[in-house]
Amino acid sequence: MRHLLGIEGWRRDELEALLDRARVHLPGGPDVTHTLRGKVVANLFFEDSTRTRTSFHMAARGLGAGVLNWSSSGSSTSKGETLLDTARNIEATGPVAIVMRHKSSGAPHLVAKHVRCAVINAGDGTHEHPSQALLDAFTLRQRWGSLEGRTVLIVGDILHSRVARSNLWCLKALGARVVFCGPPTLLPTGLESLGAEVTSNLDAVLPQADAVMCLRLQLERMGEAFLPSTKEYSRLFGLNAAREERMKPGALVMHPGPINRGLELAPSVADGPRSVILEQVSNGVAVRRAILEVCTS
Amino acid sequence: MSGTVLFRRGRVIDPRNGVDGVRDVLVKDGKVAEVSVAPLPVPPGAEVVEAEGHWVLPGFIDLHVHLREPGEEGKETVLTGCRAAVAGGFTAVVAMPNTKVVNDSGLVTELVLSRARAANLCHVYPAGAITKGLKGEELAETGELVSAGCVAITDDGRPVMSAALMRRALQYATLFGVPVMVHEEDLTLSAGGAMHEGPTATRLGLRGIPASAEVAMVARDLVLLEETGGRLHIAHVSCEGSVRLIREAKRRGLNVTAEATPHHVILDDRAVGDYDTHAKMAPPLRADRDVEALREALADGTVDAIATDHAPHGVLDKQVEFEKGINGIIGLETALGLTLELVHGGVLTEKRAVELLSHGPAKAFGLPGGHLAPGAPGDVTVVNPNEEWTVEVHRFYSRSRNTPFHGRRQKGRVVQTWVSGRKVYADGQVKESR
Repeated sequence: MRHLLGIEGWRRDELEALLDRARVHLPGGPDVTHTLRGKVVANLFFEDSTRTRTSFHMAARGLGAGVLNWSSSGSSTSKGETLLDTARNIEATGPVAIVMRHKSSGAPHLVAKHVRCAVINAGDGTHEHPSQALLDAFTLRQRWGSLEGRTVLIVGDILHSRVARSNLWCLKALGARVVFCGPPTLLPTGLESLGAEVTSNLDAVLPQADAVMCLRLQLERMGEAFLPSTKEYSRLFGLNAAREERMKPGALVMHPGPINRGLELAPSVADGPRSVILEQVSNGVAVRRAILEVCTS
Repeated sequence: MSGTVLFRRGRVIDPRNGVDGVRDVLVKDGKVAEVSVAPLPVPPGAEVVEAEGHWVLPGFIDLHVHLREPGEEGKETVLTGCRAAVAGGFTAVVAMPNTKVVNDSGLVTELVLSRARAANLCHVYPAGAITKGLKGEELAETGELVSAGCVAITDDGRPVMSAALMRRALQYATLFGVPVMVHEEDLTLSAGGAMHEGPTATRLGLRGIPASAEVAMVARDLVLLEETGGRLHIAHVSCEGSVRLIREAKRRGLNVTAEATPHHVILDDRAVGDYDTHAKMAPPLRADRDVEALREALADGTVDAIATDHAPHGVLDKQVEFEKGINGIIGLETALGLTLELVHGGVLTEKRAVELLSHGPAKAFGLPGGHLAPGAPGDVTVVNPNEEWTVEVHRFYSRSRNTPFHGRRQKGRVVQTWVSGRKVYADGQVKESR
């Protein structure tokens, strides 16, 4: 039994073992295995999510587990119940794992200190989104075999992105070079000391990338004027057809979704031959099955 | 009330009076009567404290304490706070006004003072609010507050964001000669921040509070001080930029003083670890270079006093998501041990450490005490410099338990505290008198 609170701290061999394990669960493998038969996985979502929640739900069902779905809307949190009380109450119903999404960075760490079952971080604030990074890495491995020596360019709102942080740890651990690119107001300080390269000049780094991961511009947080306009962002940092032409032959385009179409990514690029965006989604279920197995074994 | 006490053969460190050596100290009628190199005869009826091997120090003075009364007595009261103070070697504390019923009137000041009289342990000096309700909109009645017994004014916990109002506060306070104590934080720069802006915040995905949130306000207030005169005291200085500005202002002769907390000098932002809310404070724990700059500033006199910013909170205030966690830690009972860590680490001399806990704060606020010349208050702290002990927060006298230092080894411990010639703490026990 172990937690997956973030990718930070996981060793390369552990990540590789998990990604290898995920292959068993690809379409074509068994529809349902019985690893978690008779067990329950609790989905604790304090923040909206379609993709991740559905994906974990499918993954748990695919392992034969029952799923307890809990969301903060319409729950006792609106009556002032604390996070810990909610988590302890859910734990008391006996799940083997709590899959948790929360708007505060570190919320799963707090819960993990006070419950006995496995805690799987399904996205915490602007901190980490480990299952997303694992499915991204899985998708790249599927295409490339190995990430060793590859350059992955992550473009956009790094400041607010939990995907960016998890991918940094994950891709670095697997041997890739990670370059962050975005407007200076959306690049948090100290990224270099975490092992990333940082630039605001997309056109200069674009030709070096073996994969470009565009991040969603978190418009809901843009009330604080991080950017003069989305139009200007799109002009400076959007992956459009002209930029796509300057990418390496065979370089891939990724996006964790949901896409602001036409803003981070031109529709022709999002749906074009380089895009592996839908593969990311379908690989998500296999990877999350492996996560549930590893964390509850 | 208090009898005669003879502290025999202790090492007296009294920086203000240039004393450092074995002395006998006689306290009589609540005041220091004599300090002597030669052994003094024991006066009839005197209590004798055999202090050989111990330090006999001027009682410590903490310029920055939250006693939480009135309003949040579950966290601390004047009584429990005073117990914690004397257990930590403090003989005087300045009580911040951000209670629930803000101390912005003589009535609240009198309430705090009456509670302090009832507790009858250490001196309690209330600080009054700069603005009514700490709202930063209108000046509180400084004259009334001072008449009632306030020794400083401060909106601590919040900055005075309006530069115009801050300017008037400094001007107006000159009428009464009290220091204006400031919590320096530009709220537009710190908004949404949960810890120091830097690699650790980035790693943890927490919104950062840049150093500029403090430094810009220090700069503003020094400019205002220069124009208005008066006395400015900068609370809990946390970063290199502030230190540089204060040093320069002092060199130019401005009437500014500053304090630093033990935690800002001992810990840096990495102490947040995996979202430890016990490392969450305002200002936040800063980068290691800031810690380094603060240590230099303590040593060279740029910072005048060590103050704890003793901030008691309940378990429920801390056992929450990091962003929701309330700022602050308790500090009265760990202050000496942490200050001595700086001595053991070669950052401070013993004399300077004692000065930062006694004469430095007394001078900054113009308070009695802080030294041991004849006529000075009989406020004495006896320290065993060699006793090693482990911080066990459950043994503390404070009503709250919020500290990141639980379990930390310390060398040097308060063994006795005397206030106005009366023993208020000894043998690990607070001595209540009623």
